[in-house]
Amino acid sequence: MPAIEAHHLYKVFGRKGREGVRRLEAGADAEELRKAGLTPAVVDASFTVDEGEIFVVMGLSGSGKSTLIRMINGLHPPTSGHVELYGENITAATGKDLRRLRRERISMVFQHFALFPHRTVLDNAAYGLEAQGVGKEERRARAHEALELCGLTGWDDHLPGELSGGMQQRVGLARALAADTDILLMDEAFSALDPLIRRDMQDQLVELQQKLGKTILFITHDLNEAMRIGDRIAMMRNGRIVQVGTAEEILTDPANDYVAQFVADVDRTRVLTASSVMEPPAATLKAEQGPRAAHKVMREHQVPALFVTGRDRTLRGYVTEDEVGRNLDRTDITTLLHPVPEAARVAPDTALADLFGPAAETPAVAVVDDDGRLLGVVPRITLLAALSQDGTSQDGTSQDEPSRNETEAARA
Amino acid sequence: MPEPTTPLSIVPAIPIGTWLETGFEAFKDTFDAAFDVLRDVISTAIDGLAGVLHAPDPLVLALGFALLAWLVRNWKLGLGTLVGMVLIIGMDMWDPAMDTLAIVVVATVIALVLGIPLGIWAARSTTVSRILKPVMDFLQTMPGFVWLVPVVKLFSIGVAGAMVATVIFALAPAVRLTELGIRQVDKEVVEAGHAFGAAPRQILRDVQLPLALPSVMAGVNQVIMLSLSMAVIGGLVGAPGLGNEVIKSLSTLDLALGFDGGISVVILAIFLDRLTASIGTRRPGRGRLRELRDRFTRTPAASAAP
Repeated sequence: MPAIEAHHLYKVFGRKGREGVRRLEAGADAEELRKAGLTPAVVDASFTVDEGEIFVVMGLSGSGKSTLIRMINGLHPPTSGHVELYGENITAATGKDLRRLRRERISMVFQHFALFPHRTVLDNAAYGLEAQGVGKEERRARAHEALELCGLTGWDDHLPGELSGGMQQRVGLARALAADTDILLMDEAFSALDPLIRRDMQDQLVELQQKLGKTILFITHDLNEAMRIGDRIAMMRNGRIVQVGTAEEILTDPANDYVAQFVADVDRTRVLTASSVMEPPAATLKAEQGPRAAHKVMREHQVPALFVTGRDRTLRGYVTEDEVGRNLDRTDITTLLHPVPEAARVAPDTALADLFGPAAETPAVAVVDDDGRLLGVVPRITLLAALSQDGTSQDGTSQDEPSRNETEAARA
Repeated sequence: MPEPTTPLSIVPAIPIGTWLETGFEAFKDTFDAAFDVLRDVISTAIDGLAGVLHAPDPLVLALGFALLAWLVRNWKLGLGTLVGMVLIIGMDMWDPAMDTLAIVVVATVIALVLGIPLGIWAARSTTVSRILKPVMDFLQTMPGFVWLVPVVKLFSIGVAGAMVATVIFALAPAVRLTELGIRQVDKEVVEAGHAFGAAPRQILRDVQLPLALPSVMAGVNQVIMLSLSMAVIGGLVGAPGLGNEVIKSLSTLDLALGFDGGISVVILAIFLDRLTASIGTRRPGRGRLRELRDRFTRTPAASAAP
């Protein structure tokens, strides 16, 4: 069962919000509604977030993402549509039921931390448990644990005002974690932090998520952040969700010009992975093959070296054309094998940024799975091609020209 | 009452005052018995408190006030309080000053008991806020003397009437600053309370009121100041205290008595103002006792820090 299901959420501000929804459904655009004194903040937003997933909603300010996240936990009632948390309709819940759902299911981290300035760090972190009615001793112990998990030890008795921004947000995160809900909503949680601290927090969040298995709905206006932490990303514009997909899907296959424009500036080397740019090896040799056959294959493909695999496609090493040519009398090429250096064997989810080092050492990097099977290769030229804006892994060859020109231009 | 004549105007006579009086008379006739009870209750409360204030030797009580000022704020206010109180004793104004203090304390308590809940209500409901706003404007800007007439009619001459007029006059800031304080609490912080599933009552108690405290305390401070000024005016309708002395000096043109009474009011006002103002600016989130304990255990270097 998905953790969060949003069904056709609309939020239209104004006196006749429902009327606005009807007109939007009939095809009216935002401009028409604004003339009628209505402000559509969220328009027909539907998505599901699976359990244990980090789902990022990405959009610029005014795109309606803050309103959207507040409809998920019922802080803002939607004008139309509804939200289900583990199959329970939170939009229809009121009073006691609503509070119970919030206590059990969903906690929130706020952009400006929203800590209680008059409570100590520990009591802040314990707030969710206090609302749940957990006894004092237990909630303090659990809050303390959550603070340690967030890297805040020894600040229990301080007031939030005595902490730096990054530390305050750790308290915010600890408060949400201590509540021990299944779902964590994060509303631009890291946007108010310095870039360095932000990176640090992003890494920690991913780490925590892996450790605790929470479902996280994260809102941001920073695409790099979205791509860094999101398992899946929803791109929002003018209240509409224009595309949902993994970082790579959005980067390599943008749904429209807006998304394409948006992702143009992304640091592709951090988002794209080896598996998305790798090519099937032009040819591979079997360890049992004789040197003559191997030599022939290498001459046909005009390559100075080739990877050698076993019967089960595990990578055994590589041979060079030179050595094979000089030893044509051997029974097979096993004796001519060179081991592939550890650095030149990478996992499929390695970021491109981490391929440059190995690529500098060897002409082609081998992509292998956990069992050591060769999945594909990333030649240097492919790596360069992937960096260019409209370069995709499929037509790497067509990108050879510009890349070459660039290198030549750089030399000149 | 003579009919108002408006020979040159086409505006008809609008005798609001007369209408109010008519309504007021009907109101009085209906609830006369209730007001008698109310008068007895108020008189008893004030007499009781005044009795307590009169009981110890003036100097002992003056020392007590000085100690309180020192605890709540600092030794300077403590010393100033002691000097001021001794001055009042020296001017032979102690007894009336304590009568006035009793009225101020009781009036303040009643004004807060009425005003703070009204302020909370107004903060949570825009409709209530819209209704209360003009009412508070009316109470606050109406000259204080005007309230004396109806209260004398209701309660006859004496301390009860002065008390009620004082409460009416001093009520507005309690309502206003409570509402303002709660509305000023960071929206996101209140959202955080909701997001973690706290009930509105819990949010009010644990988040909104503590964070609104500085504003509420500023309201308390103003209520006290307004009570003091009105309690003096209450001397006109027979309330005991410094007001009575000032009125006496006016009717006998006794300049010395007038200044003695006036200066005593000033001393009392400064004492009460500084005392309550420092409570309002206290750092939020720390218990009073804990702060007092800190005050005693703090090193001189730490106490020099702001």
